[in-house]
Formats: sequence, C-alpha cells, structure tokens
Amino acid sequence: MGTKLNNAAAGTANYVDERTSIGGFVKFFARKIFPDHWSFMLGEVALYSFIVLLISGVFLTAFFVPSMDIIHYDGTFPTMQGVEMSRAFASTLDTSFEVPGGLLMRQIHHWAALLFTASILFHMARVFFTGAFRKPREINWLIGFTLMIMSLAAGFTGYSLPDDVLSGNGLRIIDGIVKAIPIIGTYISYWLFGGEFPGEVLIPRLFTAHVLLVPALILGLIALHLFLVFLHKHTQYPGGGRTHKNVVGLPLFPVYTAKAGGFFFVVFGVIAFMGAFFTINPVWNYGPYDPSPVSAGTQPDWYILFVDGALRMMPGELWGFPFEWVIGGYTLSMNLLIPGLIMPALLFGFMAFYPWFEAWATGDRGEKHVLDRPRNAPVRTGIGVAVITFYVILVLEGSNDIVANLFHLSLNDLTIFFRYAIFILPVVAFMVTKRFCMGLQRKDRELVLHGNETGRIVRHENGEYIEVHEPLDEQARWIAVNYDDIAPSVVAPSHNDRGVARKGHKFDRFKHRLSRFYFEDRVSPVTPSELEEAQHHH
Amino acid sequence: MKTLAKKRYHKAAPLMLVLLLLAAITGVAAVTTSSPATAATQVSEDDVAQGEKLFAANCATCHGMDAQGQEDIAPSLVGVGAAAVDFQVGTGRMPMQMSGPQARAKAPQFDQDQIDQLAGYVASLGAGPTVPTAEEVDGSLGDPANGMELFRTNCAMCHGSVGGGGALTQGKYAPSLWATTPTHIYEAMLTGPQSMPVFNNANISAEGKRDVIAYLEEQRQPSPGGLKLGAIGPVAEGFWAWLVGIGLIIASTVWVGARSS
Repeated sequence: MGTKLNNAAAGTANYVDERTSIGGFVKFFARKIFPDHWSFMLGEVALYSFIVLLISGVFLTAFFVPSMDIIHYDGTFPTMQGVEMSRAFASTLDTSFEVPGGLLMRQIHHWAALLFTASILFHMARVFFTGAFRKPREINWLIGFTLMIMSLAAGFTGYSLPDDVLSGNGLRIIDGIVKAIPIIGTYISYWLFGGEFPGEVLIPRLFTAHVLLVPALILGLIALHLFLVFLHKHTQYPGGGRTHKNVVGLPLFPVYTAKAGGFFFVVFGVIAFMGAFFTINPVWNYGPYDPSPVSAGTQPDWYILFVDGALRMMPGELWGFPFEWVIGGYTLSMNLLIPGLIMPALLFGFMAFYPWFEAWATGDRGEKHVLDRPRNAPVRTGIGVAVITFYVILVLEGSNDIVANLFHLSLNDLTIFFRYAIFILPVVAFMVTKRFCMGLQRKDRELVLHGNETGRIVRHENGEYIEVHEPLDEQARWIAVNYDDIAPSVVAPSHNDRGVARKGHKFDRFKHRLSRFYFEDRVSPVTPSELEEAQHHH
Repeated sequence: MKTLAKKRYHKAAPLMLVLLLLAAITGVAAVTTSSPATAATQVSEDDVAQGEKLFAANCATCHGMDAQGQEDIAPSLVGVGAAAVDFQVGTGRMPMQMSGPQARAKAPQFDQDQIDQLAGYVASLGAGPTVPTAEEVDGSLGDPANGMELFRTNCAMCHGSVGGGGALTQGKYAPSLWATTPTHIYEAMLTGPQSMPVFNNANISAEGKRDVIAYLEEQRQPSPGGLKLGAIGPVAEGFWAWLVGIGLIIASTVWVGARSS
C-alpha cells in the first residue's frame, strides 16, 4: 500500500514536472532558509489578514448593492422602519440582519481590515528599527511603503461603502481637503463625486476601487514584495556565525510551511474571535447618510485618525496671523492644506525615502544582511521613536473629544496642549531614546570588559575584598561587540590644489552634516585589545 | 351685504386685520406652549409650605431666599417649573456638590416626596413646565424609527449617535443617556438643563419626545454584533484592534517563533 501510494505520488509529480519544469522552483523554494524570530512573522500577519479580507470580501460582494438609489427600509431592524435610505445602506442592513452569517462576515471583514493596517505598521516599525531596509532592500522598503498606502486606500474606500452617516461625514472631510487644493481642487472634487457632493455616483465608484482596483494593486505588490524577499534572502539577527554572507535558520519545507500554515489559522482564529464577540461599525446605530447630522464621536477608523487629528489641531489663525488667505478673489485655505495634505505628504515622503537619507549619512555601500540591534543605531532608533510620538499625538488629538470625556478634561486645553506637544515631544522623545540607546551600549561595553557580577565575594590574603565577575560567554560577547562602528564622514576639500572647484562639494557637505548628526555621539564596541587589557588587569 | 362691502374699505381695516392676526398667533402660541403648565399635578398647600422649608435649608444659599438667584452664582428659579426641579434634584445634580464646568449627576439627596414638595414650591413661584405623565414618557407607545431621525438631527451632535455621551467645550460634557429614566430624559428636553438647549413642544412635539425615548430605550438592548465596546465608535474599535487583536497575535508569534527544546 505504502509503495503503491508513493509510486502514484512520484508518478503524478513526474507528470507535472515533465510538462512544467516545476521541480526546479519547488527545490528553490523548499530549500530556502529562514531564520527564527517572532518579529519576522509580523509581515505574515499582514498577509494572512489580507487573505481573510479576500475570503470575507467575496462573501460580502454577493449581498452588497453598490447603488445610491433611494428606497424606504422595510426590513427587520426596529429603529430603521420606513426610513429613507440608499440601496447601499439598506443592503448593508439586510446583510447584517437577514443573511445568515452576514453580520459575522461583516465584522470579520472589518476587524481584519483594522488588523491588516495595524500589522503593516508594526511590520514596518520592525523593519525600520532593525535596519532591514538597508542595501539591497531599499526598493522592497518602497514597495512595502506603497502597500501601506494601498492598505489605507483599501480601508477608506471600504469604510465609506455602507453609505452611513459616519462614513459620509468622512467623505465630506475628504471633499473639503480636495477642494482646498489650489486651482484644480474644485475640479477634482466635481470629477470624483460626479457633480456637487455627495452626488449619485460615488458609491459605485468606490465599490469598483474597493473590490477591483485596490485589491489588484495590493496583490501585485505583495507578489513583488515576496519575490524580493526570496531574491534577497531573509535578514537575520546578529549572533555567532551569522554574517552578511550567510543565513542561519531552517528550510522553508517542512518547518516553515508547517509553522506558517498553522500560523494562518491562528491569525484567522483571532480575527474570527473578534468578529464573533465584538461589535464593529454598527451602521444601524448611525443611520443612512444625510449631509446635515454630525454626531459626537464622529471619527474615521484608527488608521486615518492622524489626519483627522491634524485637522482638529490646526488653528484657524495663530497670534492674529490667519491661515485662510483670499488672493485675487480666490480662497487659499492653508488651515486645510497644511494638516490635510502637506503634513501627510511630508510624513509619508520622509518614511518612503528614509533608507536613502541614512545611506547618505553612513556612506556605506556594502550589503547588509545582519540586522542591527536598535540600541546600536541610537540616532535611527531615536528618529523612529520621534515619528511614532508625532503620530500618536495626532491620533490622540483625533480622538480628543473621547479622551476629554473619558478623563474629565477640557477639550480646549487638550487641543492647546497637543498644539505645543506636536513640536516639543518628538524632539524630547528623540533625545531621550538616543541617550537610552547609548546607555545600553555602555552597559554592553561594561559587561564585555568586566563580565557579570556573580555576587560571590572573595577575601584576598592581604585582606582585600573583591567580587568575582564572570566573563560573558562567547555568544553573548559576539552579540555585544559585533556591530558597525561608523565615524562621521570626512569631506574632501572644496578646491583641488590647482584651485579648481570640486563638483558635488555642496552635496558632500550636506552628507557630512547628516553624518555628524548620526555618528558624532557614539559608543564604540569593545576591541580585542581592550578586552585583553581588561582581562589582564584582573 | 353692501354695508359689509363698504366696511371692507374702511381705513382702519388693515390695522384691525393685523391686530386680529397677532391675537390669533398669540392665542395659538399660548395654547401650544402653555399646555404642559396647565396639566399640573395637584400639590397641596401643605406640600408647598414643606417645599419652601426644604428650599430655604438646601437651595437658598445660592439661589436666594426668594429663589431670584444671584448674579454669576445661580440662576433665578421663578418660572423654571416643576419639571426642572424634578430633573435637577432627581438626578442628584442639585444641590450641587462643588463648582466646576458643570454640575455632575450623583446619588439624589432627597426622596421622591421631598423632590415633589420642592418642585411644588418652585412651581408656585411662577408657571413653568410640569412633570410629564407616565403615558407621555412611555417608550413602548413611541416610534423608535422616528425617534432615531429626531435624535440624530437634534441630540447626536453632543450625546453621540446612540446617546453614549460626548465632550463639550471647556470641560463641559453631554452625559450618557443609557441609565437615565424616561421621565428625566423628557424633562431634560423640556427644560434644557445646563448647556443643553430647550426643546419645547413647538420644537419637538410631545409625541416626538416619546419617540426619542423609544429610540434610546432601543439602545439598551444588547447589540446584535456582540460586546458594544463602549459604543463610542471607531476610536474604541481601533483601541481594541491593537489591544486584543495585535496583542493576541503578538503573543502567538512569540509562541510559534519559540524554538522547541
């Protein structure tokens, strides 16, 4: 029986291989080595929540009617009886209350969307803090960044589909931001909404974007993202025997296929658990869209909160200086443009191109496959924490009414506090984090040079008491000393000895300043001679 | 007939017409707005006297012995009606515990009899809205769908889409309505306590108010989707997504990533 089955399997495999040459690919993928670490699974979480989104999304498309035609509700939900609403909203109610499993699917889909965006940002933070974006992975960082933007687009288009009051208010804000763009803003708004907001074409258009355009782009980019992961090989944390030229870990088959396959069901399970027990986006509470009512607690899903926060934070005028200018009869609303477009553009631009900034500072052209411990890149870690602080302040300001109500604070004072905090706290966070990292590096030096305290006190013949220190084992020492010690770059003279100006000198000076910012304060790893001297001393 | 036709062109006719119109408007307004005041529950002289004593002992410090109020400290209570007293004292907001952005609800300091006596005394100072009858606040007689439309047009901007409450300016807030009794909800609409506007019967009819109560009572049912998570919208959902969702998932990545030994 066993051999018969084996023969059958071998025969089938051979049949397929002779016609597709798939054997080579299977060999390539199955033998791919992956290192072990929990943080390497964050990207997987994003991928699996996306698969959950696709599965539950297909279910929902079977019942959702993307139409803005007006009808009167006559379903089962008591507080909506006879209320005038769009077919999109009515079909969302029907999916929730009349389709078996419909509400569960809606909730799974929405929780999966929140976790999709959250896990992408978490994954991005891991890649950032460990320096996994360095050569040769800069392009893959950019692809991942684009995926993050696409996840926001997918989330926002989906959030708006039920045509409820809450998402309608969100669209109204987007409409306002779009109209604030100088000259072409009103045209773009008319083009998007097919006339004056809200128009009658938006829901079908958003539907096409949400179920076709954005998911197709995400799928394509995921394929590219994973292809590059395979091409580059996976990064690894520092450790004995791990270099920029090897990967220490286990093969994809059978270990990681089993782990990853199982992990998919863990992620699916967590999302299904949340979908089953926690209400999300109860549109039956908000009611169908109508441009007039805006309720307290009107906020977008969490991943758009930072823009909402910036809008709430932005003053209309500052110390008598207005942010809305009328130039030649045209209004220029900087109080919308700055928080709605300029701030996100700067933030996202900085995130997208960060790998190149850091490459200018280090001047290092080599490939990096061993990750940094965050403490060994104090300035980068500081920048990361500063950006997170900036983002969190915006999210809190976006939730300011809820924070104020929950903690019995004054809404006005909270906003004024955040207006200062947005400029001050990221700088403080940067400085504190940088010092914290350098403190940890000094502790590493101390441990390497003098070892761990054992608590064992020994008395010498001459009466001197000493505590016996135990030297680190080799693995721990490797991790503590094996990092790049980068000194600030040196600028070549601006003119050569014949007095001719050197091309690119200005850019070099800029890179030098950047390099000094990064590496002026640094803690060098223990050198072998220092270690020997320390051991000799004891 | 001729005499009437002649008189139609009398030079005083326009003036008479305007006066008649004004009288009609005043009459209609008097009927529509004073209707709650006329339906007063009977309070005995004795109760009013008892109420005056309670007032002097507990309220007069701020509102004055004659209930005329003091500038910047407490408003005059002449004409606020029994409904205002029943709401303010019945929800524990008055007597006020401490000064602040607004009076907080707390456990009521008086029993219902004492509240009625106080209300009777204040109502005796000047006509005002009365305490609604049980039928007027019976949500089961209302239309929750109409209540939803009224609520989201008039109430949701402060109290949130389902009455969970929300922040106002300078530390003031709109309280949650989930535990408020139907009578107190009705009285609040009628009298407009603190920052709340008055929704008299010309604004929202008595039936409309009952529909709002029906809608709010509908919100006390369990959510079809599971736990409500505070029912404060996407911020709470995002918080739970990070706390429970990402929390559980990170815990399982550590578990899956742990090397078996």
